[in-house]
Amino acid sequence: MELTAKHFKANASKALVDAQLQKALGNVEKGFIGKRQKSVDALPEFDALRDSSRDIKNHVLEHLDLYLEEYEAKVTASGGIVHWAETAEDARRIVLAICKKANARTVTKGKSMITEEIALNDHLEANGIEPVETDLGEYIIQLRGEHPSHIIAPAVHLNKEQVESDFRRVHTHLPEGRDLSEPVSLLSEAREVLRQRYFAADVGITGANFLVAETGSSVIVTNEGNGDLTQTLGKVHVVVASIEKIVPTLEDTSQILRVLARSATGQDMSVYTTFSTGPKRHEDPDGPDEYHVVLLDNGRSEMIGTEYQDMLRCIRCGACMNHCPVYHVVGGHAYGSVYPGPMGAVLTPSLNGIEETGQLPNASTFCGRCEEVCPMRIPLPKMMRHWREREFERNLTPSVARYGLKFWAFFAKRPKLYRFAASFGIPILSVLGGSTRRFRSMPMAGGWTRYRDLPAPEGRTFQQQWAQRETLKQEAKQ
Amino acid sequence: MTLANSEAAGQPRVGLFATCLVDLFRPSVGFASAKLLQQAGCEVHVPVAQTCCGQPAYNTGDRADTREIAEQVIEAFEEFDFVVAPSGSCASMLKKHYPGLFKGDAKWEERAQRFSDKCHELISFLTDVMMVRDTGAALEAKVTYHDSCSGLRELGIKQQPRKLLGNVDGVKMHEMKDSDVCCGFGGTFCVKYSDVSNAIVTKKVDNIDASGAELLLAGDLGCLMNMAGKLKRQGSDVEVRHVAEVLAGMTSQPPIAGSGK
Ligand code: SF4
Repeated sequence: MELTAKHFKANASKALVDAQLQKALGNVEKGFIGKRQKSVDALPEFDALRDSSRDIKNHVLEHLDLYLEEYEAKVTASGGIVHWAETAEDARRIVLAICKKANARTVTKGKSMITEEIALNDHLEANGIEPVETDLGEYIIQLRGEHPSHIIAPAVHLNKEQVESDFRRVHTHLPEGRDLSEPVSLLSEAREVLRQRYFAADVGITGANFLVAETGSSVIVTNEGNGDLTQTLGKVHVVVASIEKIVPTLEDTSQILRVLARSATGQDMSVYTTFSTGPKRHEDPDGPDEYHVVLLDNGRSEMIGTEYQDMLRCIRCGACMNHCPVYHVVGGHAYGSVYPGPMGAVLTPSLNGIEETGQLPNASTFCGRCEEVCPMRIPLPKMMRHWREREFERNLTPSVARYGLKFWAFFAKRPKLYRFAASFGIPILSVLGGSTRRFRSMPMAGGWTRYRDLPAPEGRTFQQQWAQRETLKQEAKQ
Repeated sequence: MTLANSEAAGQPRVGLFATCLVDLFRPSVGFASAKLLQQAGCEVHVPVAQTCCGQPAYNTGDRADTREIAEQVIEAFEEFDFVVAPSGSCASMLKKHYPGLFKGDAKWEERAQRFSDKCHELISFLTDVMMVRDTGAALEAKVTYHDSCSGLRELGIKQQPRKLLGNVDGVKMHEMKDSDVCCGFGGTFCVKYSDVSNAIVTKKVDNIDASGAELLLAGDLGCLMNMAGKLKRQGSDVEVRHVAEVLAGMTSQPPIAGSGK
């Protein structure tokens, strides 16, 4: 998708007045937060599991090269092929070549953020191959020509009326009078339509939640079973995954799975958890003839050894955005990048550079709720601050903010001058506050007073009054 | 208890970090803090070489200025047994973020750590260090409490203010929905992203109004000014104060942003 992160402010303002969107966003808050809390409360060892999940991923990241090699060897041994893609372009080229070799006309896809990251659909279409999204949410936004606004609930910005009208617009072969008033009826219609597509597809493309080094398996979790159909019905299964998805063992995988679904949707486990290891064997009743893994770097190895390394622990559960007050009011599209919310505010600059994406790590109140819920204990606000530092060092911070800050810092670093200036300015401001004790507007403070009154200072500064009181006390003593 | 008789008793010497907003906008919070600390048996000092904790620079990514300000604060407060701030976010800046600024600096690292160990937010200092249970204050009021983010998530302040308020004669707690969700202040965020900030504070104010409380309290002046400004703009009657004012029984000053619509 086109990167419009630098228009975050404008995107956000538009989103704030979009009544449909605001209604849909209300459901993010209502749906995800309570469910997560309930499932967390029901698992006393949740926090201990978070710690061990963090430790597992930290260990992998310290030895990523070794585990990647082990993983590749195991995939090869099971009859699969690993392709290394340094850039998004490499990955697109590799996937296309695999599809062409299979003479593919259509490919089905399980939900995958990584194929969004490499803009795979556009590339396939441009080369005469039709990609069909099979996750209900992804399917809906594909019909609309949109992009996901959430990493696990791609169509969370839409409501069921919008979906109904999209289905009626596209599924013209179905009877007009059919009932589409309930989510269930929408779901079964999508299922009906997609069923044909599975059988027609030559290639199935999925992402991977985990890649297991011990066995060379790729693991996907879904609630709709669409991932399973995608990867077993086509002749060829292509897994597109980024290098940090590696976990050492099956045991490690099962540990992290326990925090994943709870953090994402409040489920103990997702409905389907599927391990794929290589292509179909002789004795297997079904499965693909070919099994390919495209391992994407796309800037991630550059993050190793930097202050952004911790971000590579992310398991894409979406809890950070589900709990983010900024995400709640602007939605995912405002971020103008593949990955929205707090995790996107750290990851997007790593993948796309801070020049174009500086808005994202700035658009946070640093309330810390994302870090509080992140199952992998990723210090998201701290890393957003690191991005602000990189921006500041490189003179990319908007000049108004920069000079404003420098002006303020000049005084903050000179207590005497600061005291002197405050001892004049504040009492004047206090008097101007009049009997209401607040201002409706104030020159240079439009950002504040456009929406809120500005409380007036009480009177003379605390330091002035305290000093006077101390002097009086001293005098009284003598 | 007055300063004069506390000096003799070998009581803890506390440096009051007044915070820039308290100093400039709401001195009564400074006096309430001093009173609460003195009541708890501390000897209170207010160093003059303090301006601000440096958060605006820190959160804008300006590490150099932040460090200079941090050095100035550490020097000004080093002599005290404790450093106490009536603000979760400033206290957290001193306690949790200062040490990181000096990582790898042989001269400053340890010094910053020693300083950090002495820093506390006011209410948690009273309850957790000085073991205060009852401040002896009284106020007839229906009260709701906003958990400011830094205090809540970086310092674990949640029950402390509620416990003390529970022992204020006449105070009735009316918990609001989502009391632990950000009010949209976020320091410079509220002016840099004023549209977004407004949307967040609007939800907050709706929850405050719906709680049925007539007085909103919190431990951070930034959040309080944000919520008070919005409440007044919406024409709400809810009054707003720093929790220290109520706990110290010092509510004769007009509330933040005045009273009435
Ligand atoms: S950053 Fe944490 S909370 Fe956010 S998606 Fe990744 S793992 Fe989940």
